Amino acid sequence: MKIEVKNLTRKYGQNKALQNVSFTLEGQKIYGLLGRNGAGKTTFMDILAGNILSSEGEILINGEKPFDNRKLTESICLIKEGNNFKRDLKVKNVLKIYSYFYPTWDQELAEDLIKVYGLNMNAKVKTLSKGMESSLGIIAGLASKAPITIFDEPYIGLDAAARKKFYEILLEEYEEENRMIILSTHLIDEVSLMFEEVLILQEGRLVLQEEAENLRSNTCAVTGKKEEVEAFIENKQVIDKKELAGMMTAYIYGTKQEAHSYGLQAEGIPIQELMIHLTQKEGA
Amino acid sequence: MKNMLDENKPIFLQIKEQIEDSIINDSLKPDDRVPSTNELAAYYKINPATAAKGINELVTESILVKRRGVGMFVTENAKNILIEKRKESFYQNYVLPLKDEAGKLHISKKELLEMVEREDEQN
Repeated sequence: MKIEVKNLTRKYGQNKALQNVSFTLEGQKIYGLLGRNGAGKTTFMDILAGNILSSEGEILINGEKPFDNRKLTESICLIKEGNNFKRDLKVKNVLKIYSYFYPTWDQELAEDLIKVYGLNMNAKVKTLSKGMESSLGIIAGLASKAPITIFDEPYIGLDAAARKKFYEILLEEYEEENRMIILSTHLIDEVSLMFEEVLILQEGRLVLQEEAENLRSNTCAVTGKKEEVEAFIENKQVIDKKELAGMMTAYIYGTKQEAHSYGLQAEGIPIQELMIHLTQKEGA
Repeated sequence: MKNMLDENKPIFLQIKEQIEDSIINDSLKPDDRVPSTNELAAYYKINPATAAKGINELVTESILVKRRGVGMFVTENAKNILIEKRKESFYQNYVLPLKDEAGKLHISKKELLEMVEREDEQN
């Protein structure tokens, strides 16, 4: 599947949730879609899944627009952080509806996962706890086997053990049947090793799209005496910097080896940190 | 095998180093099967493509050999190749930082050598 995002803008009244965003996602990768609250992640995913229209620009999936396009949306499954299902439905009926909608639906997997997460098939959605409702979302998303599966903060209320289970199953499923998975989350530290490519949105704009391994090799935090660090970063792209007592740490695009050869200390930057530094420049 | 990976370093390199370490300390011997990409991905909860990148580099360096349909295996020469490679990086990775830190602390070359020898005697 190929997703082309072209000059995408979405306004809510005067507010622009997305501003002229363009990028391409292609192939069976696990994408991490990151950004602060209000960065436009959910709006993007809603347009991608064909739930809402853009104000300007477009998203093309294999050349077609997703809105009101049943043939296309049956290959896209979006699981949001809540209210994915009608409150009066029983768990088994939720699964049934999904099985009608998604031609790729895997009922066996769904039933297995229901057992793993200890859900009752006959319970109504409204009687489920927050964590159980999240589990149901995860089950529906995984069992849909949709070629594009999108999880938007799917684990509100899930405890650490249940989240770990989700990561395990997600990887297992991904290995068995490669598909495009887009995972948007604030718990970046927990999942960043699973990302193949990372996108960061900030105030409706795309500030970064890069392979996760490249980020690990090509960004670093350089520390040393202020003058030395300043000299070193003069011709470099600086993400952020801070100083204390004559010492400076600069977060830059560059390799650790390079910094070491200048006699400066350098450490890698975890993706979570990188996102914070990339997105905090304009106001906190 | 380490339990956790360091998120600050490229993951494929760490996967590579883990397997190299296991070969150097004889946990993996010639002809042993090494964990598959999927096994590594599941164990460390990492992207399988990343694990594959580490494994593939080891194949390129003749540390591992692929037997179609069976898996990846340690080559006869793997340990020798690795030891030679590690020796080359030993100076860069250990000796230089040691001298660097010693310089900052005004430890003379003589004192440094004495420390190394003292360590020998204690063992």
